[in-house]
Amino acid sequence: MSLAPADHLIPKPFGTPSEVPVIAPGHSPASVTDKISSVVFGRMPLWFYAGMAVMFGGVMMLLAALTKLVFVGIGIWGNNNPVGWGFDIINFVWWIGIGHAGTLISAILLLLNQEWRTSINRFAEAMTLFAVACALIFPLFHTGRPWLAIYWLLPYPNTMAIWPNFRSPLIWDVFAVSTYGAVSLLFWFIGLLPDLASFRDRTKKAWQKRTYGALSMGWRGSARHWHNYESAYLLLAGLSTPLVLSVHSVVSFDFAVGQVPGWHATIFPPYFVAGAVFAGFAMVLTLMIPLRKFFGLQDFITMKHMDNMGKVMLVTGLIVGYGYLVEIFTAWYSGNIYEWYMMRNRVFGPYRWIWMSLILCNVLAIQPLWFARARKSIAALWIISMFVNFGMWFERFVIIPTSLHRDFLPGSWGMYYPTRWDFATFFGTIGLFMALMFLFVRVLPSIAMFEMKTLTTDARVKGGSHG
Amino acid sequence: MTELAPSRTDSSPAGDCHAEWKKGGAEATGLDLAAAREKLATRRGPAYWRSLEELSEAPEFGELLDREFPRFAAEWPDGVSRRNFLQLAAASLGLAGLTACTRQPIEKIVPWLKQPEQVLPGKPLHFATSMTLSGVAIGLLVESHGGRPTKIEGNPDHPASLGGTDAVSQASVLGLYDPDRSQHAARLGRIGSWNDFSNELAAALRAQDALGGSGLRLLTGPTTSPTEARLIGELRSRFPQAQWHRWDPLADAGRRHALAAALGVPLEARFDLASADVILALESDFLTSGPGAVRYAHDFASRRRVAEGSAAMNRLYAAESSPSPTGSVADHRLRLRPSAIPRAVQALAAHLGVAGVSASPPESPALDEATARWIAAVATDLAAHPGRALVVAGETLPAAVHVLVAAIHEKLGASGATVLYTAPLEAEPVDPLASLAELLADLQAGKVDLLLISGVNPVYDAPADLEVARILRESRGHRFHHGLYDDETAEYCHWHLPAAHYLESWGDARAYDGTASLVQPLIEPLYSGKTLSEILAAMLGRGGESAYDLLRETWASGHTALSAALSDDAFRKLLHDGLSAGSATPATVPALVSVTAVAAAASAIAALPAPSENDLELALRPDPSVLDGRFANNGWLQELPKPITKLTWDNAVLLSPRTAERLGVHGEQVVEITTTEGRKASGPVWILPGQADGVATVHLGYGRTRAGKVANEIGFSAYVLQTASSRWGSTSITVRKTGDQVKLATTQGHHAIDWMREESEQAAVRAVVRQASLAEYRANPNFAHGEGHAAGGLDTSVSFHPGFEYKGYAWGMAIDLNSCTGCNACVVACQAENNIPVVGKDQVARGREMHWIRIDRYFQGDIDAPAGIASQPIVCMQCEQAPCEVVCPVAATTHSTEGLNDMVYNRCVGTRYCANNCPYKVRRFNFLLYQDWETEQFKLQRNPDVTVRSRGVMEKCTYCVQRINRVRLAADRDQVQVADGEIRTACQQACPTRAIHFGNLNDVSSDVVAMKKNSRNYSLLEELGTRPRTTYLAMVKNPNPELAA
Repeated sequence: MSLAPADHLIPKPFGTPSEVPVIAPGHSPASVTDKISSVVFGRMPLWFYAGMAVMFGGVMMLLAALTKLVFVGIGIWGNNNPVGWGFDIINFVWWIGIGHAGTLISAILLLLNQEWRTSINRFAEAMTLFAVACALIFPLFHTGRPWLAIYWLLPYPNTMAIWPNFRSPLIWDVFAVSTYGAVSLLFWFIGLLPDLASFRDRTKKAWQKRTYGALSMGWRGSARHWHNYESAYLLLAGLSTPLVLSVHSVVSFDFAVGQVPGWHATIFPPYFVAGAVFAGFAMVLTLMIPLRKFFGLQDFITMKHMDNMGKVMLVTGLIVGYGYLVEIFTAWYSGNIYEWYMMRNRVFGPYRWIWMSLILCNVLAIQPLWFARARKSIAALWIISMFVNFGMWFERFVIIPTSLHRDFLPGSWGMYYPTRWDFATFFGTIGLFMALMFLFVRVLPSIAMFEMKTLTTDARVKGGSHG
Repeated sequence: MTELAPSRTDSSPAGDCHAEWKKGGAEATGLDLAAAREKLATRRGPAYWRSLEELSEAPEFGELLDREFPRFAAEWPDGVSRRNFLQLAAASLGLAGLTACTRQPIEKIVPWLKQPEQVLPGKPLHFATSMTLSGVAIGLLVESHGGRPTKIEGNPDHPASLGGTDAVSQASVLGLYDPDRSQHAARLGRIGSWNDFSNELAAALRAQDALGGSGLRLLTGPTTSPTEARLIGELRSRFPQAQWHRWDPLADAGRRHALAAALGVPLEARFDLASADVILALESDFLTSGPGAVRYAHDFASRRRVAEGSAAMNRLYAAESSPSPTGSVADHRLRLRPSAIPRAVQALAAHLGVAGVSASPPESPALDEATARWIAAVATDLAAHPGRALVVAGETLPAAVHVLVAAIHEKLGASGATVLYTAPLEAEPVDPLASLAELLADLQAGKVDLLLISGVNPVYDAPADLEVARILRESRGHRFHHGLYDDETAEYCHWHLPAAHYLESWGDARAYDGTASLVQPLIEPLYSGKTLSEILAAMLGRGGESAYDLLRETWASGHTALSAALSDDAFRKLLHDGLSAGSATPATVPALVSVTAVAAAASAIAALPAPSENDLELALRPDPSVLDGRFANNGWLQELPKPITKLTWDNAVLLSPRTAERLGVHGEQVVEITTTEGRKASGPVWILPGQADGVATVHLGYGRTRAGKVANEIGFSAYVLQTASSRWGSTSITVRKTGDQVKLATTQGHHAIDWMREESEQAAVRAVVRQASLAEYRANPNFAHGEGHAAGGLDTSVSFHPGFEYKGYAWGMAIDLNSCTGCNACVVACQAENNIPVVGKDQVARGREMHWIRIDRYFQGDIDAPAGIASQPIVCMQCEQAPCEVVCPVAATTHSTEGLNDMVYNRCVGTRYCANNCPYKVRRFNFLLYQDWETEQFKLQRNPDVTVRSRGVMEKCTYCVQRINRVRLAADRDQVQVADGEIRTACQQACPTRAIHFGNLNDVSSDVVAMKKNSRNYSLLEELGTRPRTTYLAMVKNPNPELAA
């Protein structure tokens, strides 16, 4: 992509050495707002409603699956002895992992002054929230008695005079994920305030005005408001940053604290965090590429973003690949017969095709990203991101059922076979996620308008925290 | 209500609880029932019991109570309906001792002011009774909660039990409450009344009177009951021409007849395993099946408890076609086809120099080299222990083999030492097959006017070529069926009469050694069932007499040779004990085995068909769980993983890996078997390491059609393959793949053998089941600690934390792998004691069986000929550093101050993290609502001391915490310490070999501490640092140095 002729008049933003811009030239704040609002206020094509209907069907399927689960029991799934956790926790970890991209983009890239976060952060943050919502379904419903689990896992003073067991990683999960959800929601919502106010001001319909008005909480855009806003936003970014590292570390403790061979590894926290970012960026790409194409947002989500996301995917993918190597090496080097058997069972045992798919998807499929040509090809990026989505799911499968099904005593070995309800629940959560994304795109600005405006030539301000 | 004679209660003396009531009624003249009813009716409100109390002081009641054992009305009562029964059952405690003559009015229950003696709500009582199998009794103590039996235990005083039981007797309590039991008399499929039946019976018998009973036939199972024998004798004196036939699908009378031929008189043989130094088992699973198995296992194990400096260990050789618990325990196991066993016995006899057997008869093909060498070594070993050697030949072997074995015993000087010959236990022993064939011939010839079939099911379990169903259907005359179920045979009879379960019956029987054992009921018959003795009495025109009366008569009149006439007190003591002490049949000295008999046997063996190596033989055997199919409707037994195969809910065609390869079949593929006699059946294949090559073993007892909801259409019937001339198999069968596939539910993985090939997994198994030879043990007593990952033992005391000091009680368990045979008694006992649900075949196939104790089975060595098959019972280890406790988010599993890992069902939300983190995988999750909330009968069986768990909660072995608590609370109240042996877990109590030791680790003189001090003691997975309270004593085998393996 080449720059517009008046390029030398545009002062280069701080920290962007490449020649690809983060926003296509020729945009003014008004055009930015117009373009982004058109998705919300314009007419939606038929395929949008069709897609929404399909995803809503998914939500119905999820509802049916969960109702059956609550009334009949965990037995409708494939869990058994020795595999107490199957699709339920695989899906939980997969969804939580996906959510990490949003927070990293919003918070960490903010603190690192990375401008290219601007057009993708809102969408990614929404993706995080919806992913966390989908994830939370599983810890609640995978329990045998969810009607009790819903509040007994919370520390509240009760007539039984008993607290939850704080030594259990599942309680740490409760704190970590609920904190994550709460902070993400807050962060996202506060970020939305100026744009909601824009919508309030732009819309003609009374009910929309009232709704957006209520949501924008009286935003006037005054200097004081902006000042408070900037402080709050920075604070929340600071709070969110450690969450990116801590939440998935805590989720990895679900496994690392257990002594099952294949779980009990110190590499897990960094390995999981890297994997989460990896999965998250893949999902962002998977969703962002169609969004950008169908709503014509190429000006805002440029090849620069694609390039950078590709690079992040590669880096985190390599860390994950390193994690695989370390696991294999440690299992062998330890001399522990159970660890070594576990590793050989992964690679050669009855679930070997899943491990092979894992290596294909997570290690081999991302190798083209070394090359700029691949990173600049939209099709390649999308295909690779789909591979990674599958790959990260396979990774959790390899970690959970494959480790559980053959552990210390051969007399208790078994096999895990998921049932149709496992699939229905999983695809149902995908339906829920996508339905929420569809709704989000339709109802809220999927790109942070006010942030984008700061990138236009008119509004170029040096020294501000938005670069 | 019938009187129960309590035998084992905690604190009250055994004795007459009615003595004080008796005193009050000396001057009574008679009871006016109407007046009594009036008195009851006029009392108001909650004073009901008080009024009865007052009534009982009245002279009228005294008279009534003077007769402790009430008589039934003269006419057959239709009995108590189920609804009435349930009301009565709930009130039964209060009614104990009162007559059932008055109809109990519906009243609200209130507590007593004065309890009847010995009866305490919430405290169970134990009563002695016996269960018979093929007529032979085992003495039991049955735990009764609130007037209903809930748990079976062995009777420690009974020689056939010595406190232990087997899986089948443990499961029999569920059979009592089986809702599929027949609940009504039925005529041609429609509900009839006992009165109608007795009228029809009386009419038919009147006609027979004129004929001298020539048209009367009686078909029963073998019976050792003196009462039944007496009544049948009386019947025969009334009807001299009547015939009494016997049928038994389990036993082959070959042995008895062989002994009769060899020794001149019909004799029974029983074994003294405690004095045997060397034992050879030939196609015999004597440790778990057959009469006396429980006692044999106990005695056998008593010679295998090895400690440093202990007495000599016995040695067991086993030659068998299919792996069995006896074979797995053996020091040397040889895989041998059934057709090769007779020749092996002949070679053995030749080695030992038995007269009449030549070294190698020219006509018969020689044994293969390995077998010959094995036999030679066994012979040398047997001969080296004269008078202390034993050969046990299985009942499916031909008669000729038994003759040779008798001769071998004589040669070894075993007669009178390890083998005791006695008069037969059965009253009038006959060959069941011949007896049944005779009856069928009579039926076909139209000679039978009236046939009573009691307690047998020949339509299902007789050899198919006898065509019992067709003959019954085509025969004329009345046919009456008396049995627990409206089964396959009842379908071909005019009348079906519900039988009383043994837990509802009065009766008597004899144990494997002849000990007279009594059967007393724990509950009134649920469905107005009658015992055989009552029906026989009805046939004798004495239908008013109850089973109790008939029993008392036998024992009052000195009728049996077993005792003189017994007074009431003496009889009550007999009921209390459950047996007549010292009534074992004395051993007789048999005649010498004639040389001609031996020679004849040898030539008979030589004439037996000798299949070639490529021929496939069929072996038909009773199933380890459901036996001949009589227990097919018992959910506990169907779900019980069979020893070695670990199959549930199905039977299969068992093939060795090599044979399966040769035939090109895989596991679960359905094949059609065609026998030499042309009979066909289809069933799924199961590949079994340790199975002899060229042998297909099929278990009988499946494929039933009218057994009940649990059993119908489960598995396939192997009886269609059975013919009268070859009951136990076929010498040459063909197998054809049908193309179908069937899912078989096994609890221990289809591929338990795949991992074996890797050396590191061998290391894992060596660490899990530790084993050494006797010589190795003597050289290095600490071998169990030198293996695995922690040479010299892991020093688990290294920790930053001071650790918890277990003052007071500290419960622990030690399981001696040298004693465990893998018989499964503990599994069923645990299921009965702890209300463990049956989940069904589909759930077992998904890996969700709920047994709290499981027996892991490991093959060691070569896949085709494993050097060893080990059984390891796994219970909750009650780890001091339990991995499960840390990870439960709601603290539903915590540690008690006595060292138990407590499972709090109410708190569990079911995340299953604890099960994931348990390295022993002892936790069981209720994935669905497995408990049957609906069926009323099962509610009666449940142990009220144990919570019945619902869906979504985790459960596991608790060291029978309910038993611990009951004893400990009583001890605390009495301010004494719990004595060693006072608390026995269900598994410990059921085990016939006393393999499980449980007790207080802080009691230095306790048995469990002695076991843990044994150098063989090791912890499973100790390198994980869980510090399990359940430890194992490593296996020591006693191999023969002459034999390589």
